[in-house]
Amino acid sequence: MKVTVNGQTLELEKPVNIEELLVLAKAEQPEYVTVQKNDEFIKREDFAITTVADGDNIEFLYFMGGGAAWD
Amino acid sequence: MLVLKKSDYDAIVAYAQKHAPLEICGLLGGIIQDGKKQVEQVYFLTNVDKSAEHFSMNPQEQFAAVKDMRRKGVGLLGNFHSHPATPSRPSEEDKRLAYDTGASYLILSLCDREPVLKSFLIDKNKNVTQEELVIL
Repeated sequence: MKVTVNGQTLELEKPVNIEELLVLAKAEQPEYVTVQKNDEFIKREDFAITTVADGDNIEFLYFMGGGAAWD
Repeated sequence: MLVLKKSDYDAIVAYAQKHAPLEICGLLGGIIQDGKKQVEQVYFLTNVDKSAEHFSMNPQEQFAAVKDMRRKGVGLLGNFHSHPATPSRPSEEDKRLAYDTGASYLILSLCDREPVLKSFLIDKNKNVTQEELVIL
C-alpha cells in the first residue's frame, strides 16, 4: 500500500491510522502537528481512529506560534 | 548561515510596520546549498491571534504555502514574526512553541528607531543559538 506524506511516497506493509503514520513518517513531536488527509483537516482527537488508505495524500506540519509575551 | 534578499527584508519590515502594534508572521521557502540557506520565497501569513503579544499562523495558509514551495522546488527553511515593542530575541513563549529543530526562527524587532532582524535556531531542549543572517 502506498501513500503520499508531505509529497513523498511512503510504502506501508499494513493499514495504519494517522497516529501510527506520524511515527512511521518520523514526525519529531507528533503531538504538535496539524494534519490534512486529502486536503481535509483531521482533528487531533481523531488521529487514532482515522485510517489511511492506499493512495491517500497526507500532509502534516508543525503548529507555528509564539510571540513577545513573557519576554 | 541564512541569506535573505534585501527586497525581501524590506518587504518584511514594511509588512510589520503596517500591522504594528500587532505581531505579524510568515514562512520562508528556499534552498540549502553547501550549508547556506538561501531564501527564495517569503510567505506572509495571517496572525489568527491578532495580538500585539502573540501569534499563531493560520494552518490553512501554512499548508497552502508549503504546497506552493513544493511546486516551486524549494523547501521550508523557517519562519518569521515581529516583536513590535520588545527586542529581537526568542521569548519564553517563542521557545516553548518552537517544535521544528531544523527551522530558522527570525524575529524582527520594531522597538528601536531602526528595525532589527535576527535569526535563531532552537533545539529540543530549548537552547537558542543565533544564526548568521546575511541580507544581500
